[in-house]
Amino acid sequence: MHAEPKQLVTPGELLAEGPYFAGENTYRDGSKIYSSRIGLADLIGNKLIVVPIKGAYIPRIDDIVIGRITDIGMSGWQVDISAPYPAMLPSSETPMDRDAGRGDLAHHYGVGDLTLAQVIAFDRSRDPLLTTKGRGLGKVTSGRVARIAPAKIPRVIGKKGSMITMLKKETNTDIVPGQNGIILAIGKNPDQERIAVEALYMIEREAHTNGLTDRVRAMIQDEMKGKVVE
Amino acid sequence: MNDQNTVRLINDNGLRVDGRRLDELRPIKIEVGILDKADGSAYVEHGKNKILAAVYGPREAHPKHIALSDRAVVRCRYHMAPFSTDERKSPAPSRREHELSKVIRESLEPAIMSEYFPRSTIDIFIEVLQADAGTRCAGITAAALALADAGIPMRELVSACAAGKIDGKVVLDLSDVEDK
Repeated sequence: MHAEPKQLVTPGELLAEGPYFAGENTYRDGSKIYSSRIGLADLIGNKLIVVPIKGAYIPRIDDIVIGRITDIGMSGWQVDISAPYPAMLPSSETPMDRDAGRGDLAHHYGVGDLTLAQVIAFDRSRDPLLTTKGRGLGKVTSGRVARIAPAKIPRVIGKKGSMITMLKKETNTDIVPGQNGIILAIGKNPDQERIAVEALYMIEREAHTNGLTDRVRAMIQDEMKGKVVE
Repeated sequence: MNDQNTVRLINDNGLRVDGRRLDELRPIKIEVGILDKADGSAYVEHGKNKILAAVYGPREAHPKHIALSDRAVVRCRYHMAPFSTDERKSPAPSRREHELSKVIRESLEPAIMSEYFPRSTIDIFIEVLQADAGTRCAGITAAALALADAGIPMRELVSACAAGKIDGKVVLDLSDVEDK
């Protein structure tokens, strides 16, 4: 092992030599394992990985994402989920009436509307397919959105959801993180939502630091003082 | 080549006009992530060269027919600002810039793991703000850093350096006077 766990590594940096497995964002050349991205090196069991700190969102099946409708087609919508690929939301994957015509499609979702959806199919040869069938999925009608780097989403959720539970509790909002870096905060008043969004941007800026949960909590409590009236 | 009226590029101590040894580079300054809009960016000062590189992508391929089904298309534009040289350079891309764009692209392509992003494009823009010989090499360095900054998987960081021959001796990183 050449790189320490949690060490910042760059592409082409030698991570280890010997009987390790090359995990995510690493590659093997002979017996040597190198990093292929900027990120933090880590060792899980015998597997070397690099946790990226930057990068585009690549859809994965079952991801919850927030997307913007960009086009209305014959049988569905095209959705921008800020990935390199445009996503499709077919009308058959929404709870609307099956026999509805094209006019009704525009009635359901207009261009520019936001939708909370789940990726049901994606592979490298086909564009992602979305569904809004499911609990809590569908059109976004209220709340505020924050847009952060997709690589920072795990930090927003925290270990076993510690960060997001704290955010929800302290700001009294419902926070829905899309895996594509777009996060929805729905609160009971604009102040709560504004503070929640501010906290999210703070997490993005300081994602690499320790004890962040406590500092974010302190910031929220400070901001909430005298502002929130139930 | 070494007449009385021409400047001697290497003096008796084996030092060059600017006091460097034969294998010594000019001072380098690097900054990363200086453009907010770009997915990745880098600024490199290499001697008097000042170069800005921006990377966008991987993003949807436009126009669609250029997309490849098994990997991302890498596009590159090397451009010199009109104010980058002593005499104003026409902002229209010259033959030289077209060629260098291709050369730089081909130097970076083997390092980029473009097979991770089929049907998309990665766009690289290199802007020379001030030129002082060796802009293509500094441009490659800047572009590689911008690519890494964009979080694009790469086999390694690419860097480049020019080399020339003065009085039969190989010399690294030519300056503007030596280049001429």
